[in-house]
Formats: sequence, structure tokens, C-alpha cells
Amino acid sequence: MKNDYGPVWVIVEQRDCRIRSVSLQLMGQAQKLAAGLNTTVEAVLFGNLMEHHVQPLFAAGADRVFLGSNPQLAFYEPEIYVRAMVRLAQEHEPEIILLGSTAMGRELAPLVAARLQTGLTAHCIDLVLDENNILEQRIPAYGGLLSIICPQKRPQMATIAKGVFPIPEPDPNRSGEIIPVAVPEDMSPRLQTLEVVHEIPDEIPLESAAIVIAGGAGAGDPDGWRQIADLADALNAALGCTRPVVDEGWAPLESMIGQSGRMVSPELYIGVGLSGEQQHMVGITGAKVMVAINNDAKSPVFDQVDYGVVDDCREFVPVLIEKIKAYQKNQVTC
Amino acid sequence: MMKIVVCVKAVPDPQQACNIRIDPVTKTLMRCEVPLVLNPLDKNAMQAALDLKEQFDAHITALSMGPPDAEGIVRECLALGADQGILLSDRAFAGADAYATAYTLATAIAKIGPVHVIFCGMASSDGSTEWVGPEIASFLDLPVVTMVEEIVECRSLQWKVKASLAHGYRLMQVQLPAVFTVTRELNTPRALVFSGIIKARKKSIVRWGIDDLGVPAEAVGLKGSPTIVSKLTTTQSKREVNILTGTREEKATQLLQKLVDSGVV
Ligand SMILES: Cc1cc2nc3c(=O)[nH]c(=O)nc-3n(C[C@H](O)[C@H](O)[C@H](O)COP(=O)(O)OP(=O)(O)OC[C@H]3O[C@@H](n4cnc5c(N)ncnc54)[C@H](O)[C@@H]3O)c2cc1C
Ligand SMILES: Cc1cc2nc3c(=O)[nH]c(=O)nc-3n(C[C@H](O)[C@H](O)[C@H](O)COP(=O)(O)OP(=O)(O)OC[C@H]3O[C@@H](n4cnc5c(N)ncnc54)[C@H](O)[C@@H]3O)c2cc1C
Repeated sequence: MKNDYGPVWVIVEQRDCRIRSVSLQLMGQAQKLAAGLNTTVEAVLFGNLMEHHVQPLFAAGADRVFLGSNPQLAFYEPEIYVRAMVRLAQEHEPEIILLGSTAMGRELAPLVAARLQTGLTAHCIDLVLDENNILEQRIPAYGGLLSIICPQKRPQMATIAKGVFPIPEPDPNRSGEIIPVAVPEDMSPRLQTLEVVHEIPDEIPLESAAIVIAGGAGAGDPDGWRQIADLADALNAALGCTRPVVDEGWAPLESMIGQSGRMVSPELYIGVGLSGEQQHMVGITGAKVMVAINNDAKSPVFDQVDYGVVDDCREFVPVLIEKIKAYQKNQVTC
Repeated sequence: MMKIVVCVKAVPDPQQACNIRIDPVTKTLMRCEVPLVLNPLDKNAMQAALDLKEQFDAHITALSMGPPDAEGIVRECLALGADQGILLSDRAFAGADAYATAYTLATAIAKIGPVHVIFCGMASSDGSTEWVGPEIASFLDLPVVTMVEEIVECRSLQWKVKASLAHGYRLMQVQLPAVFTVTRELNTPRALVFSGIIKARKKSIVRWGIDDLGVPAEAVGLKGSPTIVSKLTTTQSKREVNILTGTREEKATQLLQKLVDSGVV
């Protein structure tokens, strides 16, 4: 039986032979889309000695895995990866290609899309099929959700951050076909990776933190920012921020929460001195309790939280820290 | 001589971003009331070029595609020290997605002639896709390194640069000509100086339209864009806010109590 639609692809990422969680999350979504299109889910995976590490992809919904495995592919090597993926896509004509909004995905996606002469939607927070089976790629913008489509060109391509979709329940009985991909072993003469260095962050990772404190432009200056960081310390919380904070240089890009940053799902979220813009708020999913501290009673952030404090954060935060410390001391002595 | 092109985008002032809304009919941005400014990261891209010019014999072209009033940011780049400014402005270019934008910019770069280095910002503050730099590289068939945080070695045509990762970096070796997209960690952009502004007055800005680029109308702007905005939906919050009242002390006590009661602290 020939399908009307080409397969749904996920470009999978691995580190040290372990499939990264964002790829499994996308696999789950790919399976839903493929069901709607009555087509198959295919994963594209490059690495070294990966043969025994593909089962999680089948368990997460892949019907086939295109596997490129050789020493040159151990790390993301842009020129080789792009050449091989473009050739593979031209041969198999996928309907949809999904990539994680990771450092690799963000560079690889436009390089592949441009060579396939197709469109690419950045940092989607939802993917659904419209009434014509076209992929609606939703992004937050200007107080609402924009749907971007690529009506004519194929494949339809999108990047999605880690944490937008859940990891599907693995089905250990599922299996599939591994299709070896011959990937050129010669290095590109014009671009080479000499070294990849992963630093172990010493702060609490945002994604897994039970409490996330996010600070915004309302911090005002580095001193105001330090207070918010102290609040995070006092609560043993992970510290995140909005974009203006990154622009000001108070916190690194890695700690930005939102559409083009990180996705978090803590038990408790406290937003301090931020306005609740969609691009930030979509980064917080499924928080049990949400709190905002803002000096403007009319700020839209108050429509999106459970508890609101209307106050100058630079005055209020130190008082709150004091209360928290006093409470914690009591807990210990009792 | 080292030939450098810096791609610069005129964006609605990020400080006033909340005024921007989507036009419900055309589905494009209504940016009229918000003044256009130089995209913040493009200041870092310009600074990267100026730093090279201090070390080497270099020629800098600032290139922008945008509406006629994007001329202001091109002039700003001239005042910062660019030798030449080119503005791609034509009704036909309007409504471009990242693909059509990159195609148009790449066509202009090809027309400029052989260049060694193309700098872009990592992202714009409005569309913020991060696609334009790598897509320009694809159209020109050049190597690209995205998210450059340090230029480690640039004494020969073989550069070494550090590209940032979420935690860590990649050290890349790249043969010029090449495209680089830059992060704010790369440098600290210098402010405009008065003498620069005076000098820039004497420099003229080249304006190219679709005929100058010699491309078909179907390849640029909205027509040349594979992606389109299909609809805009509004979202509704599911939370009912409880605004805490009283003195500062009371509010802090109440808040802590609520957090303890709900079991999250
Ligand atoms: C395509 C795209 C992607 C984006 N992606 C992201 C993203 O991933 N993450 C992100 O965060 N942003 C993102 N943005 C930016 C986003 O649109 C907003 O501009 C940003 O989130 C606003 O940050 P903010 O709330 O800190 O600042 P503002 O909107 O300036 O709000 C500051 C708030 O602080 C309050 N305030 C001021 N002073 C005080 C004080 N002393 N005490 C208490 N409150 C005070 C003010 O009342 C105001 O509500 C993106 C934008 C675009 C266009
Ligand atoms: C909210 C929103 C979401 C969007 N989402 C998408 C999407 O998912 N896919 C898509 O294809 N388009 C999208 N667009 C359209 C796209 O943003 C623009 O049309 C745009 O022309 C180029 O992309 P960018 O601003 O994202 O640039 P980026 O790729 O983020 O910009 C990076 C760098 O490229 C250079 N550059 C970008 N534009 C120009 C220019 N006009 N002149 C000179 N240099 C330039 C600058 O150096 C800039 O720093 C979106 C637009 C908006 C407003």
C-alpha cells in the first residue's frame, strides 16, 4: 500500500550514545501526527557505535531508524551531517521533519531546510494537523498564538524545545527496522569541530527543579537581580529569567525560560518583576502553584498566577527572604 | 584586503515591544507606531567587524533589507565605522519569511562581489528564528558557525572560533569565506561617537531594489516565502488570582503561609 503522505521524521540527537530526551519527546508527537496522516514514523540518528542504543527509539514510536554510525559521526559535525541528511531527505521525501531546539538542532535545521528549499518554523509550542492535513506550527506571539504553515513546499520543518511534549510511555515490545546509512567519512576541508567541551553546571538544573524563581526586567539593576538570586538560594530553587535580563547581562542565556529558552514544569513558580509576556509564560507548564510579584497591579502577569503580590520587588524580596529564613530555622529546631 | 559584510536588521524597539500587535487582516506585524532600531545582537556583529578592522586592512559593508526607514540603522552602522551601507528596499521584498530574507540577502552579497567574512546576529529581537545566518550560508554554499562567543584565531584564512553550547562550547576550525552568527558574549559594542556621526553624513547609502538584484518577483518577499501565518488565536488563562493585601510584612507572611499550606515549600 502506498501512502499519500511521506513519513514523519525526527532528527534524533545523542550524547555519549544516549538518546537525548527531547528526541524521545518529539518521537511521541511524530507518532500522533503520523497516525493522523496514516503514515510511518522514522528517526534519523548519527553517531558512533550506536547499533545497540536504538531500541528506545522503537519503544517511543519509530517504525524505522536510519542509522549512520562511524567514528566521524560521534559528535555533531555540521558539514557531514547536513550533506548526509539532505541526501537522505531527497531520497525518502518525508512529509514532516522535527528537530529539537538544541544547539545542534538550531544550526542543522536551517542548513537542511534551505538546501531542501523549504520553510522552517522556529521554537514551536504545539503541532497539530489542520483540516487539510497541513501541519499547523504554533508559536506564541503578541498576546496570542500564531499558526505558521508551509502550504506548498515539502518537507514541513519545525524545531521544538525540550519539555514541550511529554516523553511517550515506552512500549518495550515495539521493534522496527534499522536502515544503515552510508555517511561519507571524509572530513570537510572547510569546517571541522576540533573540540567539544561540556561543562557541568553547578547551579540547580531548571528542568528538574521543584521550585523555579524567574526574575525579569523589574529587577532594575545587578543589585536587584542579586536579591532575586538570593530568594532562589533561600528556597533552594533554580533561578531562571526573561529575555531583558539576558540582554542586560545579569544572567546567562542558558537560564532564559520561554519559547526560545528553556521549558520548566516545577511545583512552584515565582515570577519576580516580569510582565507575563506569552513568550516567557509558555515556558512554564503544569506548575502546581504560580506566584507573581510586580509593582504594577494591572500587569498581565496577574491573570496567569494563583497568588499575586503588588509591590516593589526590591523592597519586598528581602522581607520575604527574611520570613523564609525564619520559618526554616523554626522547622529545624522543632 | 579583508572584505566583511555585516547583516543588520531594523527591528521595532524592543523596549516598546508590547505595543506591537499582529494586523488581523494581513497577518503581518503592525510596527508603525514603534520606532525601528538596530537589532541588539547586530551591534555585536558590527563590533566584531570593527575589531577586525583595527587589526587588519579591512572594508566593512553594512547590509540591511527593510522598509525605507530602515535607512536609519544603516546610517548608524556607517557612523559606527562601516565603509559602505546598502539598503535592500522594495515593495516586492515585503512580507519575507526567514528563507526569502536569506535568499535576498545572499543574492545581494553575491552582487557585492567576493567577501571573506559575513557576520550576522545570532537572532533578531522580533522574529528571533536564528535561521537567517545559516540560510545565507546555504544559498552561498559557504561554511557557517552559529552562536560564536569568541574568535580565537583569525590571522590566516583558517579561523578558529568558539561556538557556545548551553553549558560549554565547540571549538571550530573554519576556512574563509564563511558566515558567523554572533552572541552578546563575543564583545562589548562601543557606543556611537560624535565624530563618527559627522563622518557618516558624507557617506552615501546604496539602495537596491528587485531590478538591481535581478531576481524574479516570485523568489522574494511574501511570494518567495515557503511559510505563512495561517491564523492567530488568543489564549486564555486558567488561573484565578488571589492578590495578597496588607503591609509588606503581612504580604510576605501570607505568601509564605500559602506556599507552606499548598505543600510546595
Ligand atoms: C520570537 C520571540 C521569542 C521570545 N522568546 C522569549 C523567551 O524564550 N523568554 C523570554 O523571557 N522572553 C522571550 N521573548 C521576549 C518577550 O516577548 C518579552 O519581551 C519578555 O519576556 C519580557 O520580559 P520582562 O517581563 O522581564 O520585561 P517587561 O515586559 O519589561 O516587564 C517588566 C515588568 O516588571 C515590572 N516592574 C518594574 N519595576 C518593578 C519593581 N521595582 N518591582 C516589581 N516589578 C517591577 C513591570 O511592571 C513589568 O511588568 C521573546 C520575544 C520574541 C519576539
Ligand atoms: C513572531 C514571529 C515569528 C516568526 N517565525 C518565523 C518562522 O518560524 N519561520 C520563518 O521562516 N519566518 C518567521 N518569521 C518571519 C521572520 O522573522 C522574518 O521575516 C525575518 O525577515 C527574518 O528572520 P528573523 O527576524 O527571524 O531573523 P534571525 O534569523 O533571527 O536574525 C539573525 C540575523 O540575521 C540578520 N538578518 C535578519 N533579517 C535581516 C534583514 N532583514 N536584513 C539584514 N540582516 C538581517 C541579522 O544579522 C540578524 O541578527 C517570524 C516573524 C515573527 C514576527
